[in-house]
Amino acid sequence: MSEPRTAFDSFVDALAAGEGYFLECSNGHASLPPRHVCPDCGDASLERRSLPERGEVESHTIIRVPAPQFEADAPYPLAIASFGPVRLTGRLENVDPDGGDVEVGLPVAVDVRETDDHRFVVFTPQ
Amino acid sequence: MTSVRIAGVGMTPFDSHPERTGRELFGSASNEAIDDSNVPRGDIDALFYGNFMGAFAEGQNHQGPLMADAAGLSVPATRFESACTSSGVAVREAVSKIRGGEADVLLVGGMERMTNEPTSFVTEALATAGDELYEGRAGMTFPGAYALMANAYFAEHGATRADLAEIAVKNHAHALENELAQYQREISVDDVLEAPLVADPIGVYDASPITDGASAAVLVSDEYARERDLDAPVSITGTGQGTDQLALQDRASLTRTPAAERAAEEAYADASIGPDDVDLAEVHDCFTIAEVLALESLGFYDRGTGYQAARDGETTRDGDLPVNLSGGLKAKGHPVGATGTAQIVELTKLLRGDHVNSDAVSDAETAITHNAGGTVASVTVHVLEVVA
Ligand SMILES: [Zn+2]
Repeated sequence: MSEPRTAFDSFVDALAAGEGYFLECSNGHASLPPRHVCPDCGDASLERRSLPERGEVESHTIIRVPAPQFEADAPYPLAIASFGPVRLTGRLENVDPDGGDVEVGLPVAVDVRETDDHRFVVFTPQ
Repeated sequence: MTSVRIAGVGMTPFDSHPERTGRELFGSASNEAIDDSNVPRGDIDALFYGNFMGAFAEGQNHQGPLMADAAGLSVPATRFESACTSSGVAVREAVSKIRGGEADVLLVGGMERMTNEPTSFVTEALATAGDELYEGRAGMTFPGAYALMANAYFAEHGATRADLAEIAVKNHAHALENELAQYQREISVDDVLEAPLVADPIGVYDASPITDGASAAVLVSDEYARERDLDAPVSITGTGQGTDQLALQDRASLTRTPAAERAAEEAYADASIGPDDVDLAEVHDCFTIAEVLALESLGFYDRGTGYQAARDGETTRDGDLPVNLSGGLKAKGHPVGATGTAQIVELTKLLRGDHVNSDAVSDAETAITHNAGGTVASVTVHVLEVVA
């Protein structure tokens, strides 16, 4: 496959390989790629730091009315989880499809799922 | 610095208009605004116009010239796109241009056509107001993003779905007599709670509807209004705009909207007023939780308490601070690109005394708009005051 790969694709590759990372500027601000400069201070010196293995659900929902490309998946639970100084948005796996067992603070790990059409971030309870 | 007067306003009914294309909708709203202003068409210097999803809904970009033509104008015309605050931004830019002395008369407005496409298609179009890489690809929707904010707010402050339902009930009650509103019918808390969920905890009745419509206003300099002896008693005395990170995940807090706080602070300072001076407000209640966050960002309520306002009757028609007397986005409807100017239209009529709900605010002199794009990554706030 020789499709062009963006920096975001590479970031998702890294998440899938268990080598997730975030970016840190010389003033200690954290952000996610792709970035040219720090969104907080404009510093162009961005170093990769390892994403913590364990995250925490900060909020969650069940998407019942999706966009057409995700219709086959619906309803699906979606969450924002914090991993150290950054947050990610992803689907929740291995939870009650009605979200009954999901609470703010639930510890999760991050992974990537691939279907015919798309790849997306997933969180699994730990 | 010259002040900016609202010389005329116009708005189509907000509804489903399967037979009317975008140009017809805007032609109608702008014509009404120009008629209402008593300004000769030839005096209009430019069109500042807001639209969000024209490329999705009608395969139509480059709407500036199209809408100038629809309004019967041959003047510079520019389209502004900032999701649901597209025409709010257009108003702000127009105010700035008149204040700077570069124009005396401007037509502002917005239009959105949405009901001609299926709901799933509109869901996809609206989702493009979020971050495509981090949110869109994960399957985030617009209601889904507000649902994440609502659940975080519930966890932090103890509010419930029933508290939010009171906001939908209030805004429907306000729209009962508003013939321009999409829904003129009463609903109950139980109706809201029993409606199907879109993205938990947001149900169908927590969400603003899919709507077609257009709105417009003629803004003039104070000098122009005086020279022409125009009947233009309402001024825009304050404007503010704020920006936040596009993706919800990048925000410092999921339960605050600092872009709105900054826009409000700027608009209050610009008008030399504070939250206590405001008599009524039109805020961006695209979802019931959004009205709560708006009330807190505008400084009317402390963080974590805005959810009590509708429940306690403080923001109802007879309350101390009526909010969304037009019916809000919830009941009046939300044709995305038209919503910002529609708030200006409704408040102008409410303050002038020719709105069906004017009698509820007969002594009001100061009003504020809060118009938010995406999950409040773009916000415009405007202060309106009776000056004559
Ligand atoms: Zn930095």
